[in-house]
Amino acid sequence: MEIIATRPEALTDVPFTYCPGCLHGVAHRLIAEAIDEQGLINKMTGVAPVGCSVFAYKFFNMDMAQAAHGRAPAVATGMKRARPEMHVFTYQGDGDLAAIGTAEIVHAANRGEQISVFFVNNAIYGMTGGQMAPTTLPEMKTTTSPYGRKTDDVGFPIRVCELLSTLVAPYYIERVSLLSPGEIIKAKKAVSKAIQYNKEGRGFTFVELVSTCPTNWGIDPIKSRDWAKENMLPFFKPGCFRDKGEGVE
Amino acid sequence: MTTELICAGFGGQGVLTIGKFIAKAGMKEGKNVSWLPSYGPEMRGGTANVSTVVSDEEIASPIVSFPDVLVALNQPSIDKFAPSIRPGGILILNTNMCPHGCKRDDIVQIAAPLVDIAKEIGDPMVLNMLAIGVLIGKTGLIKYETMEEDLTSYMKSRNPELLKLNLEAIKRGIDIAKNAK
Amino acid sequence: MAKILMKGNEAVAEAAIRSGCRLYFAYPITPQSELIEYMARMMPKVNGTFLQAESEVAAINMVYGAAGCGKRVMTSSSSPGVSLKMEGVSYIAGAQLPCVIINVQRGGPGLGDIQPAQGDYFQATKGGGHGDYRLIVMAPSSVQEFADMASEAFDLADKYRNPVMILADGMLGQMMEPVEFKTARTDEEIADMWLQHKSWCIQPNEDGDKKHHHEINSLEIDPLVLEQHVNKLYEKYAEIEKNEISYEKFNVSDDNEILCVAWGTASRVVKSAINEIKVSGKSVGLIRPINVWPFPYEELKKAIGPKVKKVYVFELNTGQMLDDVKIAVAGKVPVDFWGKVGGVVFTPAEILEKLELALKE
Repeated sequence: MEIIATRPEALTDVPFTYCPGCLHGVAHRLIAEAIDEQGLINKMTGVAPVGCSVFAYKFFNMDMAQAAHGRAPAVATGMKRARPEMHVFTYQGDGDLAAIGTAEIVHAANRGEQISVFFVNNAIYGMTGGQMAPTTLPEMKTTTSPYGRKTDDVGFPIRVCELLSTLVAPYYIERVSLLSPGEIIKAKKAVSKAIQYNKEGRGFTFVELVSTCPTNWGIDPIKSRDWAKENMLPFFKPGCFRDKGEGVE
Repeated sequence: MTTELICAGFGGQGVLTIGKFIAKAGMKEGKNVSWLPSYGPEMRGGTANVSTVVSDEEIASPIVSFPDVLVALNQPSIDKFAPSIRPGGILILNTNMCPHGCKRDDIVQIAAPLVDIAKEIGDPMVLNMLAIGVLIGKTGLIKYETMEEDLTSYMKSRNPELLKLNLEAIKRGIDIAKNAK
Repeated sequence: MAKILMKGNEAVAEAAIRSGCRLYFAYPITPQSELIEYMARMMPKVNGTFLQAESEVAAINMVYGAAGCGKRVMTSSSSPGVSLKMEGVSYIAGAQLPCVIINVQRGGPGLGDIQPAQGDYFQATKGGGHGDYRLIVMAPSSVQEFADMASEAFDLADKYRNPVMILADGMLGQMMEPVEFKTARTDEEIADMWLQHKSWCIQPNEDGDKKHHHEINSLEIDPLVLEQHVNKLYEKYAEIEKNEISYEKFNVSDDNEILCVAWGTASRVVKSAINEIKVSGKSVGLIRPINVWPFPYEELKKAIGPKVKKVYVFELNTGQMLDDVKIAVAGKVPVDFWGKVGGVVFTPAEILEKLELALKE
């Protein structure tokens, strides 16, 4: 029998712990495929964050580290400096990267650290049960913004790609989404490009993946994608913010 | 034998360096030494002081409570440290900046206008070397030759002119000590 | 090798480099700035990594990453900065990573001041970060010892896969004393050092089909598994307590009327006072724990001579090691304490006065 689809080599056979309808699995797969395609499986290592993807260190079929909340870019910095012969990525959610880990991501990007960062933005804290994230949309209800996010009280969502794009050092910054098959194909290209640039030692690469959280949003998986398209994408516009390889500055 | 020394003055007068050169020379003569500076905001132009201990034995505490010798380049240093000089100890003071002096008569005082003399030698920067000269001239704590050797190795290639002035200042200081009553 | 007159902060940095430390991450803070500056100057000369992190938090997490790769890595700070590092220290202990952390203590709590103090004893020896873990904590009392401890600390860290803290203070950091360095490890030796960590650390996969999957991790979500992990850590700590007791006896004899206990900078001042007391024909001894964790409980108890009226603890805090001394003495004789705080260092004269009073009691 001909096998036409299989698990990428860069993923272990440990079953994912994600909720039904969650897109972390898709994001993991895109990264793993890109690692396979670049032939990096024996030289790649990654850092898992705190959040729903806290167990990512079990899922990637390579040496992996698990970091304290928000600190993955610092941990990855230490790893890359200690093992320059290896290629390092971090996998982080919005609470991890854009709240508690703001300093770490900004400074890793500003140093042009030779790592790839995959940032999954679903506008909410998933693992702790649906609290407000720095990327939670205005008026969006969460367990810690039960009356909706009030921008005059807690400000507006943070657009991380735009923020990092003000820095000189980053080599590649792109926002994509995982909200439809077509978008996933675009996302794959972005992820592959980041891994390829990483392999070539070009510099700091960053891909934001706009995603969903059906469980904590309380919307079924299909509808949650539509909700995200309608509500998140207008605020978090997909696009390439920086690609020094293609002359996009 | 243990000699405990405090050097004090305004930041920029080079008091830390006095202690450092004494400690380094002491080390080269095979003695145990320690050098403990005051640190922090004081180094930015306020008063600075350094405790230096030179000893034949292992140095227990590097903190000097009762100095055998105080080098005071300004009046605040005298006010702060002179009362704790051990009876029979030595006070070397710079009369240019110590208008009130020190009233104790149970210690040996060597007073000289060190700033004026430094200018006379040719560079106000040699003030601290002048003080070192007085110090070693009076106490015999360090041999002049050790100081000369150390300074030469440190400065000969970098600034031979200043080296000459420094050595002259040390010698002049030794003379001041010898001629003091 | 000839002796060099050097500040403690610089001597420990030089010694760390000589013992094979090739990665250093830190953030500036007084009174340890000479250490970070020395590393900034010297690391590039040995093809090492010096990186000034954006925060203490980032620095300790960089250490976590580098230590996870099996390389000799160090960070340093002073009290307030060490507090910030404590999150990472807990993770490093949980993940069993070897590294060296230097605390050049200053006065606290809070921003405190920048003068020498010993207020971080509890933090260093009793936790500091969250969870059940221990650091090996070494407390130098001279610049030479500070430097020597750098290589010992790395060896212990490697041996036990455990973070080691050198608990110094502003005086030891700022003071210059003559120091003699050990021969520097060669590049080949340093390159081979990580091999002892090959079985667990992050590295490229060179085993072909027998691909390894090493996890640098402190998370065990299953309570039964975490229980096993913490128990395993505690077996390791028991082993360290058995093997790594280190202390100095100064003037300890059966004639002692008082037995002092002091560590680090404080112990030097106490030694001066004991030397003065000798002149008057009275006998006072000193036990100086060199490693403050593990603490020499048994050894301290045994050092209490038949004539000892009192065990006298002197610290630059309000009585932190005092608790350990009380555990050690276990009511055998009274335990007294005197300390100075706020970055004020007691003088030999002050200790002498306390001892003379106690001898008259």
